[in-house]
Amino acid sequence: MTVVRRYSPPRRSGRWLAALPVLALAATLASCAGSGPPYALKNITGLVLPLKFQLTNQDDQTVTAGNYRHDLVLLYFGYTDCPDQCPTTLTLLANAIRTLGPRAAQVKVLFVSVDPKRDTTAVLKRYVNNFGPEFVGLRGDPSQLLALSKRYRIAYHYEKPDKYGNYEVDHSSAVFIFDGDGRARLLAQSDNTEHQVASDLRRLLANS
Amino acid sequence: MPPFASDLRFLLPWQFSPTVFLLCVTVLALYVRGLRALRRGSGRVGFWRAFTFLLGVALSYAVLQTYLDFLSQHMFWIHRFQHLILHHIGPVLIVLAAPGPVLRAGIPAALARGLRGGAWLRRPAQVFFRVLQHPLIAPTLFVGLIFFWLTPSIHFTAMLDGRRYLLMNWSMLADGLLFWWLMLVPRELQGGAAMGYGSRLVILSIVAVPQILLGAYITLHSTPLYDIYAVCGRAWDISPMDDQQLGGLLTWIPAAMMSLVGILIVLYRILHDPEAIAQRARFDRPIEDATNRSGAPA
Repeated sequence: MTVVRRYSPPRRSGRWLAALPVLALAATLASCAGSGPPYALKNITGLVLPLKFQLTNQDDQTVTAGNYRHDLVLLYFGYTDCPDQCPTTLTLLANAIRTLGPRAAQVKVLFVSVDPKRDTTAVLKRYVNNFGPEFVGLRGDPSQLLALSKRYRIAYHYEKPDKYGNYEVDHSSAVFIFDGDGRARLLAQSDNTEHQVASDLRRLLANS
Repeated sequence: MPPFASDLRFLLPWQFSPTVFLLCVTVLALYVRGLRALRRGSGRVGFWRAFTFLLGVALSYAVLQTYLDFLSQHMFWIHRFQHLILHHIGPVLIVLAAPGPVLRAGIPAALARGLRGGAWLRRPAQVFFRVLQHPLIAPTLFVGLIFFWLTPSIHFTAMLDGRRYLLMNWSMLADGLLFWWLMLVPRELQGGAAMGYGSRLVILSIVAVPQILLGAYITLHSTPLYDIYAVCGRAWDISPMDDQQLGGLLTWIPAAMMSLVGILIVLYRILHDPEAIAQRARFDRPIEDATNRSGAPA
């Protein structure tokens, strides 16, 4: 009698599971790509937390994110003594908003001072009035500002004062754009043009 | 000077993580209990072994839960330093101390009974572990994660989104522990996932190469690769190129050096391998064997 030994392949249990990490990576990457034609600005839907803050506006009133519900909110951090970046960015935003016509009333630019020591409400008021009625100057105490910078993961630092006590503040360049429900939608960066900002704002307003 | 750097808040978490806190407290409690349980046995743990483990845990905790975490979010080179600790130095120290037996000895009896209820999880967990520790997958994962998180567009969102940032750091620490466990633990302690020392020398040599190339690429690149640090602001005054070059150097030199450290440790393991010692003992008797074969009839 012959014993026929059946061939049994070596056990390789779960080798196919090797594909799992690759699949997980692919799924993560796929989820980054949204639907519809891409915006010119960086899409940050789902990446950045919804709008939430408590600060003081240029008229000395306490305001929160709730005050800007149903508005398209552009959140930017800067300071009024800023020699270059802030005036350039705010001018670009003002020009982009001016192209929106009557819908500009639905847009608010929140300019949060990272230098509240020098930027009093009076100083902020004079500053934002240069740019238009859509501009709001905001300041907060150190803990309010800290909470906001943690929430939006931004940083700033004060440079050495010169002999007159003037100093510059190095700060983030991002403009976070939130829709009427307070959800983060787009991020404008310093290399974006006025035209790109304007067309993306128009699209957001049309969809809201 | 970064704000608050001068006072005690430097030691407090920038963003408190209950997961890191609970994990560290649990691990430390188990380890101390284990040390006490083993104090009188043959498994007594020496000072330097315990010190190595605690240093590894402390360093990993420090880069995740102090002001360094804030700096890592806002300076590229400090981010690279954070990952050098999370993916290389911390896990190497933890693994070198072989804390497994100590931690097991520290599990309270009641908890051990509870853990036995989850025995059905053992098999799938083992399969998952074996897959991750496959000789081709483990080094691919090790190098792949570095490249993945340093891809500029992915790096951008990892720094912008708090959840992705956490995922990035956890993946680096977990993979660091897995990889260095496979590379450095004596094979007789590795159970079913044991890997030969020769393969380890090959893997350690190979994984150094892409890290060197990536580090060199970042260091020598003439324009900023990672604009997220300009978008979200840097923690203190440093030019973007200096920041990038320092970060590139940290990816290039110390990270690749860890392969050399690993190779030295593996060579030490080879010299002290019980099986290899037994084999050498057999080689010590060839003359005897030869005389036997030629002289005496079977």
